[in-house]
Amino acid sequence: MSGSKASPKTSSRAAGKAAAGNEPMTGARILWECLEREGVKTVFGYPGGAILPAYDALRHSSIRHILVRHEQGATHMADGYARATGEVGVAVATSGPGATNMVTGIATAMMDSSPIVCITGQVGSKLLGSDAFQETDITGVTLPITKHNYLVTRADEIAHAVREAMYLAKSGRPGPVLIDITKDAQQSVCELDWEGAAPKMRGYRPDLSPANEEYQKALTLIRDAKRPLILAGHGILVSGAEAEVKAFAERTCIPVALTLLGLGTLPASHFLNLGMMGMHGEAWVNQTIQESDLLLAFGMRFDDRVTGTLKTYAPNAKKIHIDIDPAEINKNVKVDVALVGDLRKILLELLPRVESGNHTDWIENIRTLKGDTAVRDIQNLPDNGHLYAAHVINDLWHETRERDTIIVTDVGQHQMWEAQYYKHERSRSLITSGGLGTMGFALPAAIGAKVARPDANVWVVVGDGGFQMTMAELATIRQENLKVNIAIINNGYLGMVRQWQEFFYDRNYEATPLLNPDFARVGEAYGIRSIVVEKRADVVPTVRAAHAHEGAVLIDFKVEQEDTVYPMVAAGAALNEMIRRPKNPLVETAEDE
Amino acid sequence: MLHTIVVYVENKPGVLSRVVSLFRRRAFNIDSLTVGRTEKPEVSRMTIVTDADEDQARRIVANVYKLVNVLLVDDVTHQPALLRDLALVKVAATQETRGQVLELATVFKARVLDIAADSITVEMTGGEEKVDRLLELLHPFGLLEVVRTGVVAMRRGAKSPSVMTKAKPVGVVDDGSVSYSV
Repeated sequence: MSGSKASPKTSSRAAGKAAAGNEPMTGARILWECLEREGVKTVFGYPGGAILPAYDALRHSSIRHILVRHEQGATHMADGYARATGEVGVAVATSGPGATNMVTGIATAMMDSSPIVCITGQVGSKLLGSDAFQETDITGVTLPITKHNYLVTRADEIAHAVREAMYLAKSGRPGPVLIDITKDAQQSVCELDWEGAAPKMRGYRPDLSPANEEYQKALTLIRDAKRPLILAGHGILVSGAEAEVKAFAERTCIPVALTLLGLGTLPASHFLNLGMMGMHGEAWVNQTIQESDLLLAFGMRFDDRVTGTLKTYAPNAKKIHIDIDPAEINKNVKVDVALVGDLRKILLELLPRVESGNHTDWIENIRTLKGDTAVRDIQNLPDNGHLYAAHVINDLWHETRERDTIIVTDVGQHQMWEAQYYKHERSRSLITSGGLGTMGFALPAAIGAKVARPDANVWVVVGDGGFQMTMAELATIRQENLKVNIAIINNGYLGMVRQWQEFFYDRNYEATPLLNPDFARVGEAYGIRSIVVEKRADVVPTVRAAHAHEGAVLIDFKVEQEDTVYPMVAAGAALNEMIRRPKNPLVETAEDE
Repeated sequence: MLHTIVVYVENKPGVLSRVVSLFRRRAFNIDSLTVGRTEKPEVSRMTIVTDADEDQARRIVANVYKLVNVLLVDDVTHQPALLRDLALVKVAATQETRGQVLELATVFKARVLDIAADSITVEMTGGEEKVDRLLELLHPFGLLEVVRTGVVAMRRGAKSPSVMTKAKPVGVVDDGSVSYSV
């Protein structure tokens, strides 16, 4: 195949080499050429000395480059891009500090199995190991937080590294891959051998599948279970198994509890969807897990935030674990049957073999467990003039539910309220940092999501603390003219840390009160329309105004300062020992929505 | 208990550090680790002895297997396997004690590499316990210097796992696809 982007300058030489099929080009051009052929349309990056040859060659490429304001932002954008679409997100940075700034974003993607490829410049190969200016051993630094990484010192290794990295990032259990390319490898010239650079991996086998005996064991457990429960995780989304999970749950009549990253994989309105489990899950959902006699874990990893203490976790339940990563089996929770492989394929195998079930008693029992949940719900408290975050989220949900909305949350109280009060109906409609809990994730990840899905209605839901970690990316929003809506849930505290201090550290609010800037003026300084909201009555009109405005909008929701996320399982406590919201006698008669 | 795990890896720069980094990061202990060339120039072979219960050992195998440069992982702990450790032992030996040291070396089939006026150096190859036993017996004479390679392992019999074909992780079913069971 001939190089599809032959430049006029070298076309005569290329013609001479027509038999070989390739014209020589620099490593830098090979890099973009390969990314293009791999289907990459957009990269998020920040230039610098060691990556300058690649930036110089960008003019020959059709790839869109989005200039960020900090390399951490570039990685979160690539991550948001990947989570919005399932396609690989690409971030670019220079050597040394550029590369180390990516570390947080790479670790975030690793923990949440998000497919991103990070490309970093590196000092010239002759200078490696000499502590040259802006030299950091970034392959060494990122070794434990990447799925794999490459140090490329020759131009003729670039194509192979790029193709393998794209394949690795996306296949099996996805994850971040880093390619560190020395400056001289970008500058020197060679022929691109596209076919020869195809991934040939002897050791990497992402295509595991369970043996028939394992299916048999699973089917027997499912048939005999009286109180079964599906635990739906992020793997459903990664595998694209939403329809199969729904069909499986409906045929067997098994209710479904979701992890934070599983939200949206089964519509919140589905009659078998119980809601979120875990530390801030509904009390009765956790109680259901504890009373279950069979847990079917679909693409989830029994994280400590969903199990509470393992000593008392689901003591009467057999467990079937379906996951693509064999290293997850028996890691936290000992299971009875493991089906290792792609969830969708496994469910397609199971579906024709499961018997249709009818767990009426069990589902009735779960309904009883719900008990007085409604009367404790903050949505049912009478208006006392205060604006609660839960109100903002609830109203935001009402106003955005009819649109193709993606909510991107940061980390902390607002993240949990979003998970509790925003009823996600569609997969990939929530993007959030689950495993690593990275503050500062939301704004850049939302930029990535908006770039990936320009027609989507993208909302950032972010705390006042996390927002300030990456708010420099407001400039990226402005420079790229992106319609991103930002809802700052501003309570003047690092709210979740303050909540822990309230419960576990005698209300010693050490280092959690924030003296914030005027966010509306910050937004205006960046050229972004900004609005302050302090009353509940203003929430809906402001959200509507944001939808009506053509450009990005920032809303500073000044909410109740010392509000608490209920219910809560304290770290290390049993899943059914939850701290509940105190009852309010005024709403004893309230009904669930 | 001690598990002996054989790992075939691609002979590429940095692979050893990936394996070692994994053990560190997952808080697995390494008792000994050896690495060397094999009959194939592109494949290196490690023998890792690790202190782990059965569940941990399974997780170690699964985690090591996940490394992209790893071709095959084989826990030979419960397999008929040959395990060999090599030690060079420099022991104090005066004219009076030299005879006793040489006698021990002969009984243990250790090779004498060097005899000096006040010391003897022997090479001992064998299972770890046999090497331990010799060191124990030589201890009273005065161990001046000891170096051990750590265990290398190979399954008994003709059938060794093949890394010439596609590497397969844990258990192989007939259709060539790969299965995994608890």
